[in-house]
Amino acid sequence: MESIPVEHGLILAAILFSIGLIGVLTRRNIVFVLMSLEIMLNAGGLAFIVGASRWGHAEGQIMFLMILTLAAAEVAVGLGLIIQMFRRYKTVDINVLSEMKG
Amino acid sequence: MQDLIWLLPTYPVLGFFVLVLTAGRLPKNIVAIIGAGSVGLSFFTAVIIATQFLSSGENYFIKEVWTWMAVGNFSPGFNFYLDGLSLVMMLVITGVGFLIHLYATGYMADDPSYSRFFSYMNLFVAAMLMLVLGDNLVVLYLGWEGVGLCSYLLIGFWYINPDNGYAARKAFVVTRVGDTAMALGLFLLFTELDTLNIQDMLYAAESEWEVGNDLAVAAALLLLGGAVGKSAQLPLQTWLPDAMAGPTPISALIHAATMVTAGVYLIARTHILFELAPSVQELVGWVGLITLLMAGFIALTQSDIKRILAFSTMSQIGYMFLALGVGAWSAGIFHLMTHAFFKALLFLASGTVILSLHHEQNIFKMGALRQKLPVSFFSFLIGSLALTAFPYTSGYFSKDEILIAAHGLEGPGIIFFYGGVLGAFLTGIYTFRLFFIVFFGDSNAAHPPEKEYGGWNMNGPLILLMILSLVGGFIAVPLDPVFGHHEEHHVSGLLHGFMIAVPLVGIAISFLFFYTKTFSVEKLMSNTFAQTLHKFWNNGWGFDWLYDRFIVFPFLWLARINRADIVDGFYTLIVEISRTANVMIVKTQTGYLRWYALSIAAGLLLLITIGVLL
Repeated sequence: MESIPVEHGLILAAILFSIGLIGVLTRRNIVFVLMSLEIMLNAGGLAFIVGASRWGHAEGQIMFLMILTLAAAEVAVGLGLIIQMFRRYKTVDINVLSEMKG
Repeated sequence: MQDLIWLLPTYPVLGFFVLVLTAGRLPKNIVAIIGAGSVGLSFFTAVIIATQFLSSGENYFIKEVWTWMAVGNFSPGFNFYLDGLSLVMMLVITGVGFLIHLYATGYMADDPSYSRFFSYMNLFVAAMLMLVLGDNLVVLYLGWEGVGLCSYLLIGFWYINPDNGYAARKAFVVTRVGDTAMALGLFLLFTELDTLNIQDMLYAAESEWEVGNDLAVAAALLLLGGAVGKSAQLPLQTWLPDAMAGPTPISALIHAATMVTAGVYLIARTHILFELAPSVQELVGWVGLITLLMAGFIALTQSDIKRILAFSTMSQIGYMFLALGVGAWSAGIFHLMTHAFFKALLFLASGTVILSLHHEQNIFKMGALRQKLPVSFFSFLIGSLALTAFPYTSGYFSKDEILIAAHGLEGPGIIFFYGGVLGAFLTGIYTFRLFFIVFFGDSNAAHPPEKEYGGWNMNGPLILLMILSLVGGFIAVPLDPVFGHHEEHHVSGLLHGFMIAVPLVGIAISFLFFYTKTFSVEKLMSNTFAQTLHKFWNNGWGFDWLYDRFIVFPFLWLARINRADIVDGFYTLIVEISRTANVMIVKTQTGYLRWYALSIAAGLLLLITIGVLL
């Protein structure tokens, strides 16, 4: 089977990461911000997998498993926070959370 | 029993702590028992120790109590050194001190701060005993500063009146000038001679320095600086008259009998050092002579009963310095002792007069008190006679010794002698001016006294001090082992008669002016020159004016121009820079999550770019 060149995998990861970052920066709905964060995490995971398959190492896969766990935990905590936020502010607009400024 | 010498300062210290810790909650009679009793116990112990010491025939006695601190080869001990000199001082301090404490139990009876008064008094006695009994200069310095502190506290005892606080600060600051010189002297002695134990130090000085050695001169000069500050001699004399703001027993105890004579004690204690520096020793004589004459002239013009006595004290300490300056060490200490008797008597009697007249201190508002205040009258009579060296009173013997010793000295001795005689003449005039104005003539009192103030506890000390002032001259002070036996000086009978006659002439002049009123002061004061001179003397030869102009005002000016605090500007600048930076950076903290995320991303990008490019 023809293997996919490592550059392609990395470019895809970079594109995914950029999409996620732009989402984090521009979205006002906090749920979408959280989803964008997930995309960024998975972009990182993809880069690990690509690297691992290129050099035939197991560490990359282990790192991906860890990122997966991390993402699950983060979503659990993040969603909990979002629910609290919605209860208090009756909105999911992230800009209302700007009280802590200098 | 001599081992118990450490008890001497311990009793008053205990008294001090009890009175301080109870903070005025004890009833007055208990305070009086603790306050006066502790000093009485000290005196009792001192007498026992003195009899044992004198009968033992030893020249000195050392009791080591503990090592105060040990740093390298510097380990001053908290040790007591008893010899003839400290014996005399110890008995004067505890004896006269006890009588004054006893008097004060009556004098201060109406004061709300009764307990505070006695706690300070006890602390003073303890510090003064440390001063004279310490065997090294560090313990001496501890006592020296301790008495300075108590003097400050007691001058400002009635602190409600800001003038008293000012007088206290003035006394403290002016004596501090001298104390600084003395501290420098101690540093010099320690670096040069490696010890501050007085006897070892004197021995080392004698063996290492020849007469006239520059270091000996410097050390003696610095110690003299401390002595003139404490003893209110030229040029640091300005604090003593203002110190009369304190209660009268304080004036008697601290500013007449004991503390102000500490300078005399210091010089006598380190007399070997002064013998190694003859120029400084002569300077001591000159300081004494000029002070005694100056203070005598000032006393002629004063109208406050306590200020007259204060200037007279200054003048008598001048005599003691004169004695030290001509090397008549024993005569100086002898005069210190007799002066303690009669000056304490005069001050305490003036206290009775002041209280009987409802706190009147102006002598021109007294008059005709002879029958109303018999105890004060006899106290003043005897005290004044002793002060003017009337034959066979105590002051006569001591002043005689000083003048004869001055006469026997080569060089400036003859000036010292005639200056001293002139001083005795002035003493006669001003002392009996006070006496005649207060006790004879017409009554000028705003509130004439109904009866004399005071019970047995005030009159008893006066009577005992009267006896001591009369016969104190016959006490033989055991000072020969300390100073070595000096050759006896003699003057011709004619000269001796002259010395006796001069103060009597002074008394006679006072008699003609203020008793019979044959001569009138008004006529004497009619021309401008006399008025100017009177004003000049009344202001203490303008020393306060001079010091204000050249020291106090420039200092205040410096303080004023530096109110903006130039040095502080540098530190304010640092604060300003951080504050400006804070204001600028704080703007970046917007509170928007996206802004922070962008900053992180941008920063990361920047770092990666730098990493790639390098």
